[in-house]
Amino acid sequence: MTNLLLEWVIKTIVILLILVTAVAYVTLMERKVMAFIQMRVGPNRVGLGKFKLWGLMQPLADGVKMIFKEDIVPLQANRWLYIFAPALSLIPALMTFIVIPYGSEITVFGRTIQLHVTRMNVGLLYVLALTSVGVYGIVLAGWSSNNKYSLLGGLRSSAQMISYELALGLSIVSVLLYAGTLDLVYIVEQQSVWPGHMGWNIFRFPLMFVFIIFYIASLAETNRTPFDLPEADSELVAGYHTEYSSMKFVMFQMAEYLNLITASSIATTLFFGGWNGPFVGRLPILGPVYFTIKVLALIFLAMWIRYTVPRFRYDQLMRFGWKFLLPASIVNIIISSTVILFWR
Amino acid sequence: MTSEKALFIVFAVIAIASALNIILQRNPMYSALSLIGTLLSLSALYLTVRAQFIAAIQIVVYAGAIMVLFIFVIMLLNVPTVQPQIEKQKGLRYLAIPFAGALIAEMFFILRRVPPRSLPVVASALADQAVGTTWSIGVGLFTGYLLPFEVTSVLILMAVVGAMVLARREGD
Repeated sequence: MTNLLLEWVIKTIVILLILVTAVAYVTLMERKVMAFIQMRVGPNRVGLGKFKLWGLMQPLADGVKMIFKEDIVPLQANRWLYIFAPALSLIPALMTFIVIPYGSEITVFGRTIQLHVTRMNVGLLYVLALTSVGVYGIVLAGWSSNNKYSLLGGLRSSAQMISYELALGLSIVSVLLYAGTLDLVYIVEQQSVWPGHMGWNIFRFPLMFVFIIFYIASLAETNRTPFDLPEADSELVAGYHTEYSSMKFVMFQMAEYLNLITASSIATTLFFGGWNGPFVGRLPILGPVYFTIKVLALIFLAMWIRYTVPRFRYDQLMRFGWKFLLPASIVNIIISSTVILFWR
Repeated sequence: MTSEKALFIVFAVIAIASALNIILQRNPMYSALSLIGTLLSLSALYLTVRAQFIAAIQIVVYAGAIMVLFIFVIMLLNVPTVQPQIEKQKGLRYLAIPFAGALIAEMFFILRRVPPRSLPVVASALADQAVGTTWSIGVGLFTGYLLPFEVTSVLILMAVVGAMVLARREGD
């Protein structure tokens, strides 16, 4: 029992450290990809002394800079909620990752270690629950700042997330119909059936269309362009975090990038076979490698979309969510259940 | 004391404290947030009795969807922070005492009728399989409780249609 507890603690700490580092470097990746798409060079100066290292030290410099910024709490703001809001948006984002499997199992020092922090039979619902709790951070930030731009950003964000949560949840139902379980570990194991561990859900008939719906809805859930209306800079200054500075602002940014990483990981788990790939049965250490590659590819896709597609107008966003994505995901459920009923 | 019991005490205290906070706060925003606290700790209590599905649904539906709408409305109404004292109907205050007394009496009556020790205790390993999983609830909903389930969904559909009819403006 103590051994198991120790294993959990170690896994959690390792995951936490990896996530926090990954967030820092995803910001660098974002800037590099943006620069690449806009035919610029991007940050390439910050290195270690004489060695430029392609700007790899940029996130560290950013972090140090942000820590030394003045931490401002507006006079008319609701002080406690204003301080509480960034934490409320960061903590659920960090908690999500414990149910995502990033490998099968490896043997270290003669001890078999499962490469996921925990498995629960409501894994996917756990993720959805945490996403819905994460809305409060944004809403409360918008309200407590006592600023009309912030309030509008918070309102828009909550409306958007509630609307797209429906499409997201319903598109997941089709995957669940195939898997027959909510346990993410089991969902990934099911996708390792074909030769070479390539029985990914994305290759099944209706699920490839479900992925498109899922991906659009998850982009909207993570407030990324073309759905970044909560912080549309041209009309709302910066949306819900207009008044925030220093580390509180960083916490919102971290939550945003963590949500991007989580969304990509969930997409990988549900549609791209998680840690599955060639030779993973013989060499289980390849699992985390495949997982990381797939997640990075999906993150790149999100960035690619961000710098190529313009922002939606608010009414377009709502119409698209309710009149197209929601009916489309319901139709997909019907098609998937029909296919499962007659061809399996 | 087992760890489950310790967790139960912690979350029960949080649930009751935030439930008290709902009615003690004058600011509706704080009340709504305390209600979220109550719902979250109730969900933790469900987990200690191995009802994972109910726990997750509790957060997704109540804390995640319904309370967001509550907060939405509070934000839109923009209530002043300093609330005037509600002193319009002083007579009602004295009515509260007998009603609260009746409620407490009922509670004690029920507690006396069903002593807590007599409730059947399912073996924990078995309970993990049996009670709270998505599978067992799904099977229950679609076999034994199919008719009530369908009737409830029709009822909810009626409520949705009714709300739409009521909310629609004339001339639309």
